[in-house]
Amino acid sequence: MTTKRMLRTAVTVTVAVVILVALWEGYKWVGDQTGGTWPGTTVDLPVTSNDITMPHVGDIAGELFDDIRAGRQTMPMTLYLAKKAAVTFLEATIGFTLGVVVGMGLAVLMLRWRFAERGLLPWINVSQTVPLIALAPIVVTWARLQGYPDMFGIALISTYLTFFPVAVSGLRGLQSPDVDHVELMRSYAAPWWATLVKLRLPAARAYLFPAFKLAATLSVVGAIVGEISIGTKTGLGRAILDFAQRYAVWPERLYASVIAAAALGLFVFGLVNGAEWLVMRRSRQVAG
Amino acid sequence: MNATSDVAVVVDGVHKVFGGAGADDVTALAGIDLAVVPGEFVSLIGPSGCGKSTLLRLIGDLLEPTAGTVTVFAKPAHQARLDQDYGMVFQHPGLFDWRSVAANIELPLELHDWSKADRSARSAAMLELVRLEEFGGHYPRQLSGGMQQRVSIARALSFEPRLLLMDEPFGALDEMTREHMQGELLRIWRETETTVVFVTHSIPEATFLSNRVVVLSSRPGRISSVVKVDLGDRTDDTREDPEFFRIATEVREALRAVEAGE
Repeated sequence: MTTKRMLRTAVTVTVAVVILVALWEGYKWVGDQTGGTWPGTTVDLPVTSNDITMPHVGDIAGELFDDIRAGRQTMPMTLYLAKKAAVTFLEATIGFTLGVVVGMGLAVLMLRWRFAERGLLPWINVSQTVPLIALAPIVVTWARLQGYPDMFGIALISTYLTFFPVAVSGLRGLQSPDVDHVELMRSYAAPWWATLVKLRLPAARAYLFPAFKLAATLSVVGAIVGEISIGTKTGLGRAILDFAQRYAVWPERLYASVIAAAALGLFVFGLVNGAEWLVMRRSRQVAG
Repeated sequence: MNATSDVAVVVDGVHKVFGGAGADDVTALAGIDLAVVPGEFVSLIGPSGCGKSTLLRLIGDLLEPTAGTVTVFAKPAHQARLDQDYGMVFQHPGLFDWRSVAANIELPLELHDWSKADRSARSAAMLELVRLEEFGGHYPRQLSGGMQQRVSIARALSFEPRLLLMDEPFGALDEMTREHMQGELLRIWRETETTVVFVTHSIPEATFLSNRVVVLSSRPGRISSVVKVDLGDRTDDTREDPEFFRIATEVREALRAVEAGE
């Protein structure tokens, strides 16, 4: 059953990749044939199909396995990117963890006091409209002045993105139990915290895991943006910045680093999926 | 059973008004006086919106009366709730999906800080009482509606409350399951010697189960009459007993009088 599902997933992913590659290369081919216009017209294609804007898929893939010089040593691009991604992953993990703690804390606070919900919720929403690029130097400068390593400042920027879905969905989840269930706990004279732990938190899980998945991918985005804005020496953000500056001569490398960022996003998403499967396994059981 | 209290529940001059002060006020209950003796099975019946569920919630201190007092085992209802003198069963079983059947039954015991060993011993005994011995490890969604409601009854009785408050517990069940559950409830009631206050809108159900049927009128809810039921030990044959029909008719007449009076 599980192997069948894994097989189906593998086939779906392969087909999706093949279609994507075919579309990319097909578009380039059409552009080459017509000189950059829609076939039979003089209307320009929306994106130039030359090898700088759209390198061949094969070249990007080749770049992933070509060697790159990093300092005094030489290593394959995949290993180079994996090393950078490991740093970003650590920052994102710290950011995600802090984001979950802060988000859940806010959700519980808003659940406990209606005035906290009225007072905090608008600010929580407004917080996400502040441009990250403007916020990053403030956070990082503050962190440096406090004597924290840059990694922590970057993690804080990641936290800024991740706490939001957790707080909003967490509050909805904590408020989700039926009146019947709440009345039942009241009939047991259960104190507030017992209702929280035995009823509201377990009931909130169905709302929290989708938020965790969103937060996990956002934590990677936050970490990369944080790395770029403070000019850190390592991490995927650094690699993307370096390759972006040399894009005009070596576009395949930027594409390779973007693929690495996407892979890291998928990886953290998968981790949360796995955690969800472990936690929700028992309550998913149905007749059979 | 507490020897000092010869009355289980006393409702004295209770009014309940919903809404603040103003024209939108709804008087749910007016001038309710009711006494229930220990070991008695009392049903509250009336047209929908008559406040029978409200009355049950007032006894359980899930609502507070606007005027009047509710006394449970010679204590204010609030104290009785804190002392866990009653168990409550709602129309929906209200089991927690993420807990096994046994863990659901143990929920109130966990809240009362029972030890793990005591909890599992009690939940095993409760599963036996409601005849679901093999289902302790199952999850609620694996059970039928009737079985879920039996778990809910086991949960309500797990800490041996002296009073059981039931709000249309069999309302969502099909007729045959419902009759079976009524028989089971009477058996459990006899075995545990619990006092039961039972809300229903079914005339045969109220007649079959109760020592007394309290008929409420609506808007505002008042007690319009009380029908005494003396059918001795109920069996399935009781449902076809002429005396059963006579009392059911009496309850029906009382309800019709209520509806005609509106």
